[in-house]
Amino acid sequence: MRRPRSTNKFIEIDMLPIFFVAILIILWEIVVKLHIIDAFILPAPSSVVSALINTFDLMWPHITVTVFQAIVGFIVAIILSIIIAVTMDSIAIVKRTLYPIIITSQAVPIVTIAPLFAIWFGFGYLPKIIIVVLVCFFPITISLLEGLASVDKELLNLLKSMGAGRWDIYKLVKFPATLPNFFSGLKISGTYSIMGSVIGEWVGGNMGLGRYMLRVRQSYANDRVFATIVVIVLLSIGVLKIIQFIEKKAMPWQEEKI
Amino acid sequence: MNSCHKTNKMKKLEVCNIKKSFDTLYTLDHVSLSLEENQFVSILGPSGSGKSTLFNIIAGVQQADAGTILIKGEDYTGKTGRISYMYQKDLLMPWRTILENVSIPLILKGTGKRAAEKEATPYFELFGLKGFEDRYPHQLSGGMRQRAALLRTYLFAQDIMLLDEPFGGLDAITKRKMQRWLLEVLDNLKASILFITHDIDEAIFLSDKIYVLSDRPAKVKEVFDVPIERPRDDKVFTCEAFIKIKEAILNLL
Ligand SMILES: Nc1ncnc2c1ncn2[C@@H]1O[C@H](COP(=O)(O)OP(=O)(O)OP(=O)(O)O)[C@@H](O)[C@H]1O
Ligand SMILES: [Mg+2]
Repeated sequence: MRRPRSTNKFIEIDMLPIFFVAILIILWEIVVKLHIIDAFILPAPSSVVSALINTFDLMWPHITVTVFQAIVGFIVAIILSIIIAVTMDSIAIVKRTLYPIIITSQAVPIVTIAPLFAIWFGFGYLPKIIIVVLVCFFPITISLLEGLASVDKELLNLLKSMGAGRWDIYKLVKFPATLPNFFSGLKISGTYSIMGSVIGEWVGGNMGLGRYMLRVRQSYANDRVFATIVVIVLLSIGVLKIIQFIEKKAMPWQEEKI
Repeated sequence: MNSCHKTNKMKKLEVCNIKKSFDTLYTLDHVSLSLEENQFVSILGPSGSGKSTLFNIIAGVQQADAGTILIKGEDYTGKTGRISYMYQKDLLMPWRTILENVSIPLILKGTGKRAAEKEATPYFELFGLKGFEDRYPHQLSGGMRQRAALLRTYLFAQDIMLLDEPFGGLDAITKRKMQRWLLEVLDNLKASILFITHDIDEAIFLSDKIYVLSDRPAKVKEVFDVPIERPRDDKVFTCEAFIKIKEAILNLL
């Protein structure tokens, strides 16, 4: 809605940041190749790429685990956020009670409580998925709440004057009006979901990119550490792009604007 | 204090002694008015006097502190879903096409989406919206959006319509066109209309009866009958009856 350019973002990419990053990478390569920084401390981009290619098969099972946890956690977070946001929106007293609690909960650093989840929920998928849910839940809920509360009061009154019930109002007005907010929340959470999954894996277990990264770091294979980081970044961007694609499909009325 | 006449003849809509305050803001001071079958009645009043509030109460979306709303003698005070109501803003939903927007009242009454759209489509010609069924609101001109909002209002309930300054946001030329168009459409449709406006010319041109409200708290200051024959055209603006009423209203404000 408030986007400056809403043309096909999926295809049309702004070249400026790409140039900038390309220059940084070239500089980085030069700095390492000239031994200004030891390759042991900072691997050259070229060796990161070759590590990525050579060890991809090794990484693949870890990637699937991380992505699996991220997706499950993300979906659970979406469902949970919708339920909680709608409940808070429709019952004022619930909102008054929960809103400050939800805001405060964000002050608790996930990394510090993550080890507890390993104690409570073991070393399987569950604690990781819970961490993903906790990370993703907040941005979606807050943006949904904002969207639901900012719907034009007169539009609501108009529908009431036509005898619309609670559910009609959600279906016809509140949900569609909140879609732009919903998607901006999804985009933030979606990018966090992979990271949440990785953080969850640091705590325990033996699969996933987080685990893999700890292992290669312990063996001082810094090129592989960086290769893992590259994979995590690419996965996060991938999630973001998929959400942007769905967003465009879900809101066709925004397409022709401007 | 206006009295609410209990005559034998049943009025289409009767608004009796409506009183309303917002906290300390006394807004409506026992306002009474009535609307007869197929009548066009305007409410003329200063900005902020409480006209929209009165409509909200008649439509049942706000509660009055006192007073009653009767429709054909039946008590409809505080009840929604009977009268159709067009707000000052067009309130079209940006995420729905014009056809989808206009079908909303039918859908709310339980008609299926397909059937509702089929029922709405024939009116697009009359409301000057033909060919724009599948456009989104932001792709229409201001006048067209108002007509779409009016069609949506009409499809909800034909018999009693509350129109709150429907042409308020339009430029003078479009406004004049819309007024002419509305008169023409009304010849084809049977409707009793309560119409809010700031525009004295518009009120006289369109109405059978005009209520002039005072500043807040709004009271009915005076009621004018408009004895100008229908169908009306632009000659109305220069006829004697028009000028006489206009003078009287101007003296009042
Ligand atoms: N929900 C509300 N809460 C408190 N005050 C309100 C509310 N709605 C309206 N008012 C006040 O009541 C007064 C009348 O408002 P209303 O919208 O009915 O005026 P109006 O006659 O329609 O004005 P305009 O011609 O500018 O549309 C205003 O002073 C407004 O601030
Ligand atoms: Mg108003």
